[in-house]
Amino acid sequence: MTSISQRLATLRTNNQCALIPFITAGDPDLETTAAALRTLDANGADLIELGVPYSDPLADGPVIQAAATRALNAGTRLAHVLDMVRDVAPDLRSPIILFTYYNPILSLGIEAFLKQIADSGIKGLVVPDLPLEESSTLIALADQIGIEVILLVTPTSSQARIEAIARQSRGFIYLVSVTGVTGVRSQVQTRVKDVIQNIRRVTTKPIAVGFGISQPEQARQLADWGTDAVIVGSAFVQRLADGTPQQGLQAVKTFCRDLSASITPTLRVTR
Amino acid sequence: MPVNTPHVSLSQQPDTLGRFGSFGGQYVPETLMCALAQLETAFAHYKNEPQFQAELQTLLREYVGRATPLYFAERLSDRYAKPDGTTPQIYLKREDLNHTGAHKINNALGQVLLAKRMGKQRIIAETGAGQHGVATATVCARFGLQCVIYMGIHDMERQALNVFRMRLMGAEVRPVEAGTGTLKDATSEAIRDWVTNVETTHYILGSVAGPHPYPMMVREFQRVIGEETRAQAMENWGELPDILLACVGGGSNAIGLFHPFVDDLNVRLIGIEAAGEGIDTDKHAATLTRGRPGVLHGAMSYVLQDEDGQIIEAHSVSAGLDYPGIGPEHSYLKEMKRAEYYSVTDQQALDAFQRLSQLEGIIPALETSHAIAFLDVLCPQLSGSPRIVINCSGRGDKDVQTVAKLLHLS
Repeated sequence: MTSISQRLATLRTNNQCALIPFITAGDPDLETTAAALRTLDANGADLIELGVPYSDPLADGPVIQAAATRALNAGTRLAHVLDMVRDVAPDLRSPIILFTYYNPILSLGIEAFLKQIADSGIKGLVVPDLPLEESSTLIALADQIGIEVILLVTPTSSQARIEAIARQSRGFIYLVSVTGVTGVRSQVQTRVKDVIQNIRRVTTKPIAVGFGISQPEQARQLADWGTDAVIVGSAFVQRLADGTPQQGLQAVKTFCRDLSASITPTLRVTR
Repeated sequence: MPVNTPHVSLSQQPDTLGRFGSFGGQYVPETLMCALAQLETAFAHYKNEPQFQAELQTLLREYVGRATPLYFAERLSDRYAKPDGTTPQIYLKREDLNHTGAHKINNALGQVLLAKRMGKQRIIAETGAGQHGVATATVCARFGLQCVIYMGIHDMERQALNVFRMRLMGAEVRPVEAGTGTLKDATSEAIRDWVTNVETTHYILGSVAGPHPYPMMVREFQRVIGEETRAQAMENWGELPDILLACVGGGSNAIGLFHPFVDDLNVRLIGIEAAGEGIDTDKHAATLTRGRPGVLHGAMSYVLQDEDGQIIEAHSVSAGLDYPGIGPEHSYLKEMKRAEYYSVTDQQALDAFQRLSQLEGIIPALETSHAIAFLDVLCPQLSGSPRIVINCSGRGDKDVQTVAKLLHLS
């Protein structure tokens, strides 16, 4: 399976902006999550971010909080999530990035956690409550095990911090498009364009923009501003949660295609 | 700023990274890192600035009503008299006599003065029992700042009086329905608000918890409790107290009392957690007794969590203590064996609530009642007539309805 870096490098060669959907594992159940991973992979996703449900998701807005609560109430545990990934990942073209808060990592032990996720086929890791200053141990161990730890940049990050984060981040730079938590926003702040340029100034690593992106027009806007990837979370989670799992999967399929089409250069024929 | 000196004493914490030994730190979304750095710089600058200190000291004296008395609780002491005539000498540090009825205003006042100087016009805070929310609403009214308080719906119910007080003073109280609707969930929601409005808003965190610099800064605003106690002890009997006793939720009243004595190794420091229905049930808030190290609300500390690292809901009859985390400095003092931590149950606290009311004519907060209750355990173990100072951290007016209901049922 390809790494996150390799996948994004290939897409960049083709001048293609990548689509990274996010879903919460175990909402409403892991069978649906497995089906959703396959659906996304077959309908335009280039990489997929998979959220581990957590009791206190500080960086998440109401939609993903509610999904995590449902998943936990349904009995979803990290070990079950990894078992599911182990089954599904070999069939997917999209590398899977795990999104988890820090305490479940600590609870298992950093090294044991990394080994288990690597063993299940996961390629990357986003930890929203682990800023640069606290991340060196995790990154050092993850490098050895072959997991790419992706760090986040926000509109409040100073240029000095952007530079330090860009140096330490693996895979890509996760640019948070808003000061705020995850969730649907009607517009992308224009200052995101400036932050993209500020990141470009200090690194050649890919940039993925996330938080608040929910419409094909927004994704296209970001692609036009030169981002390497767009991450769409709450809008997928909400679609999957509405109605029956079958209706949810159908909605996810349609939405994924729409988003993918919105960021696909017209000249591009096949992947 | 605390600095690393060649001789690092137990009190010279945290280090420049906000670490108390292996505890503390800054486990927050990147969005907040800039605001935390700004806050740290502002605090370092103003804490020793004469004008800031003059304003703070004047307000503490004339608005809050400091210094608070160190009161000798004669009839409470007599309860523990031994046949040989010795008896512990029990003193209450009367933080309940502060304006708004608890120690919380010491910190709220300090932080609001900082926020003003940082040019923040909007203040947010979390609250459990409502005491920190009331203190924050109070200082916001005093300085004409917009104030939003996050409070769990369950706590709003059991602390209805404090909800009314906050609204009366112009604060907006936002109910938090997530989780069990208590302090943990209110804190998470306050942090989400701060992540969103960080550029205009200051978050007045109410305990010695959260990311650096909060545990250090809140301690520094609360250490006036211990400093006054020290001076009053020297004046009254010419020696330091033998034992300091305080309840511990997040831990701000305990750290405030303990910190000026941390390097005086002859002074025993005892913190009392809430055992709820018992530490062997799943309904307690005994974080240091039953938790293990983890990350909650931005800091590494002891945390009540399950085997997957999911945070477990805490339980206590007292809304101010049912928190599944604890300030990192307490974890450090425990690990260094400098402070001792025990727990008492809801029932023991309710008994102590009535006992202090009847023996001294002082109605303590249910939080404070936990510290009072531990005397029944502690005093029989003591020999001679040691001097014990209890932080009487808050008054119980806010709890009378809850207690009336519980006593009627039992």
